[in-house]
Amino acid sequence: MLLVLIACIPGIAAMSWFFGAGVLLNILWLMLCALAIEAAILIIRKKPVLQSLGDFSALVTALLLALSMPPASPWWLGLIGIFFAIAVAKHLYGGLGYNPFNPAMVGYAVLLIAYPLEMTRWLLPENVNGILPELMTLIKQFLGNIPETMDAFVGATALDQFKLDRGGLTIAEYWQGNPLFGSLSGAGWEWVNAGFLLGGLYMLYRKIITWHIPAAMLGTMAIMALFFYDGGSSASHGSPLFHLFGGAAMLGAFFIATDPVSGPATNKAKVLYGILIGMLIYSIRVWGAYPDGVAFAVLLGNFAAPAIDYFLRQQKQEDDTSHVE
Amino acid sequence: MQQSSQSVKEITLQGLWGNNAALVQLLGLCPLLAVSNSALNALGLGLATILVLLGSNGMVSLCRHHLTPAIRLPVFVLIIATFTTCAELLLRAFAIELYQALGIFIPLIVTNCTILGRAESFASKNSLLPSLLDGLMTGLGFAAVLLVLGLLRELAGTGLIFANMDRLFPFAGSWTMEVFSNYTPFLLAILPPGAFFFMGCLIALKNILDKHFALPEAESETPETGSQRVRVTG
Repeated sequence: MLLVLIACIPGIAAMSWFFGAGVLLNILWLMLCALAIEAAILIIRKKPVLQSLGDFSALVTALLLALSMPPASPWWLGLIGIFFAIAVAKHLYGGLGYNPFNPAMVGYAVLLIAYPLEMTRWLLPENVNGILPELMTLIKQFLGNIPETMDAFVGATALDQFKLDRGGLTIAEYWQGNPLFGSLSGAGWEWVNAGFLLGGLYMLYRKIITWHIPAAMLGTMAIMALFFYDGGSSASHGSPLFHLFGGAAMLGAFFIATDPVSGPATNKAKVLYGILIGMLIYSIRVWGAYPDGVAFAVLLGNFAAPAIDYFLRQQKQEDDTSHVE
Repeated sequence: MQQSSQSVKEITLQGLWGNNAALVQLLGLCPLLAVSNSALNALGLGLATILVLLGSNGMVSLCRHHLTPAIRLPVFVLIIATFTTCAELLLRAFAIELYQALGIFIPLIVTNCTILGRAESFASKNSLLPSLLDGLMTGLGFAAVLLVLGLLRELAGTGLIFANMDRLFPFAGSWTMEVFSNYTPFLLAILPPGAFFFMGCLIALKNILDKHFALPEAESETPETGSQRVRVTG
């Protein structure tokens, strides 16, 4: 689990560079809350506290949730999210190893449904000057004191704008009119995703995760995007690269969907699981009501994981009995 | 089964707590979860359910000697449907806005398993007065859970409690209380998932209380068949 934290560093670095120190503030606060909640519940459940805190799983959950939230979110937002992640999604289902759903994504889904406004208040990269934009503003915002001028500085992510109000422009025209959005998936986002890709490859190299889920998930997204890509007209859904390097694609593929507890067990099942999540992400992004769908896709994948395992095992048994090798 | 010998105290305790329709038998979950998004809706449906339970239990008890087993269920449903229609018309006449807010869940009282369950397991075997008491207590137990759930969800979801109560009682217009000022609503609580969360917490709370207050002697004499969880829809 410690290696997972380390593997996140390039992505965190890229995110902090483009979205400011609010990202780090989120991470710090959520990790503190996660440790406190985890310790409190372990005491209530009369389990060894230090041993369980030492496996860093609460910290990984906190990190993943923090990275999914808008930078410098108010303190109560993070607290509620991490409470639902650790207390409800993890411990009410029996603790580490028993949770059917990815805790960080449960926390995120709860927050997104309960506080849609707060959860979409992303600072536009153009208004962040390097890694330390006015620290005081960030802290004020964290304390729940959202400045009046805030709305001028925040906006939807590229995925959001791309979907809702492109104003009938073709993709090339759109990028031209919004130079700050970079050239692939919106300024910042492509670098953030590249950072997480790097971390993911490191985890593959260290054999913490296998290639099956990320490859199947990203491959499916790329194929679907290619299939529905029409060369960039005004009604286009965006190129495969836009989808692979936009939103939370890489974070989801390498760090979230690969959670060993809530995913399937065998390699064949993992491929199917990845394909399912990839299809769901693309569908939610393009035809759904939300700009990005990693959290919901992963949760739906979690629902399906036991069934995928079950049917593949049954099939294997049938194969084994039908032709003896 | 000699249920007719149940004492008043026992019927009351079983209906309100020990065998609570919502918390223990988990009956009538569909209206319970769907309508408990505010205290007003919860209380409206709770009162309507009490009324129907009282009426149907009384009527079933009165005609229990004239029913053959083969036709008893259709007759029960007819009786329940009659009282549900009465409740619906009453709500429509005196609280039209509440009636509109509750919508389909008023006619759906007919399908509330609690009511059919009480008719079958209690009223068809007991005389009028115990049946009426049983209907009242079961209904009160159900309505109380509904109200608590409604209050909790309204509080978490809006920061207010008892909003718009004048739709049910004309004199209750000033009951609205702002518990938290400057509150960012926790929308999830009013949405369907919130119902499941809060319901789960209430059931857990009841189990904790039961465990905490369980008398050592009570454990030896608990052949309670009624307190077992049943898996049902409705």
